[in-house]
Amino acid sequence: MEEDHLVLPLSRPAPGAMGKTGTWRNYKPVIDQGKCIKCLLCWLYCPEATIIRHEDNSVSVDYEYCKGCGICANECPVKAIEMVPEVQGGA
Amino acid sequence: MPRKILTGNHTVAEAVKLARVQVIAAYPITPQTTIVEKLAEMVEHGEIEAKMIRVESEHSALAAVYGAAAGGARAFTATSSHGLLYMHEVVWWAAASRLPLVMAVVTRAIGPPWNIHVSHEDIMDQRDTGWIISMAEDNQEVLDLVLQAFRISEDERVYLPAMVGLDGFLLSHTAMPVDVPEQEVVDSWLPPRLPRPYVIEPGSGVIMGNIPPDEAFYRMRHSMQRAMYNAKRVIEEVDEEYYKMTGRRYGGLVEFYRCDDAKYVVVLMGTWAGNAKEAADRLRERGIPVGVARIRYVRPFPRERLREKLLGMKGVMVFDRSVSMGRGGPLHAEVVEALEAKPSIMGVVAGVGGVDVGVRDFEKLVEDFVKKVEEEGRVYVNDYWYGV
Repeated sequence: MEEDHLVLPLSRPAPGAMGKTGTWRNYKPVIDQGKCIKCLLCWLYCPEATIIRHEDNSVSVDYEYCKGCGICANECPVKAIEMVPEVQGGA
Repeated sequence: MPRKILTGNHTVAEAVKLARVQVIAAYPITPQTTIVEKLAEMVEHGEIEAKMIRVESEHSALAAVYGAAAGGARAFTATSSHGLLYMHEVVWWAAASRLPLVMAVVTRAIGPPWNIHVSHEDIMDQRDTGWIISMAEDNQEVLDLVLQAFRISEDERVYLPAMVGLDGFLLSHTAMPVDVPEQEVVDSWLPPRLPRPYVIEPGSGVIMGNIPPDEAFYRMRHSMQRAMYNAKRVIEEVDEEYYKMTGRRYGGLVEFYRCDDAKYVVVLMGTWAGNAKEAADRLRERGIPVGVARIRYVRPFPRERLREKLLGMKGVMVFDRSVSMGRGGPLHAEVVEALEAKPSIMGVVAGVGGVDVGVRDFEKLVEDFVKKVEEEGRVYVNDYWYGV
């Protein structure tokens, strides 16, 4: 009856709810596909779900939303992810 | 309908079994402990298909059933006094998350000094949290209120958790005859809980309790208040439905005992209403027209029902088994507001910490009040402490 007045304290995740957070990034993760062993640790640890897992378990980065926190690079056991400055020669 | 001799706490356990509760978590505290002991026994004997979660505190007990309810289960917990205070944060969480849940509160004093006897300060401390709060007079009503609590809490117009209060020892540890409905009858009236208003489950992400805009927060509180107003109607409906099923009804939010031709009415809640009713009978034998309005639901508060019946009374006495320090009895304050202080009104703070208030005490107090009103015409007493 008055259920349309039911306002619930929960939300469902949707991509880009906060805008394109990729612009927040100072360092960008760059994956060396030659070194990658497809262990998927980066995919598992990424707090923003911006590591994209492909069918063959290879991975890439969704740069529109990756904030550049570097957790993937830190977790990678074979150092296949390098954090590269977005702006070269800055301050 | 089988009649059993049950203590109030074992009555709660019977009702939880009949409601086919799926998840139970509770931490022992006097005088609640025998509820969860009985339920543990029922789970162990396979009499009830529920998961019993053992926890390290009341805070965790309510958090566990909160999670279960968010996962779609019909869930139950029980506590008393200090245990209820310890879970207080989660009490707010459960209501504001709009989760259907039922909790039995065996009312007991809060220390210090240490006291395990009846007082309403523990349950009255919860009245701003957004829970439906009811109070039983006897063990039969304990059974009926627990079953009805599930129905009301899960109603789509409400979606708020519900507490059922029963007085420590006076009900919790006192055995009385209780008519227990057949399982099939309860099943037909209380079907399994629907996955509403939402359910968290693997594969579909939901964020609970995140930071919304302030205006959204405000709208959520308004939504809860609307649900409370809806609950007033739902409670009356459920009382009628239950009557059709069992032949028992109580009058919904408030029970009026001999109020139709009364000039003076005693307002109170819980077990001692029985003594007040007997006192009213005795006073009537002596020609003093006294009735009793027994509050069954503190939240939502039966403001309109009280106005309808009591606004024109000559005198109203409100007995509180707890006190809001610096103001007086909390029921008294709410009754004064509902009646715009039009009748003579006397607030009595009594029975706190288990102090016995018997039939003759009620009789004497009401008689003195009536005499004072008849002599002075208009009486207003904020908080009279009887026998201090």
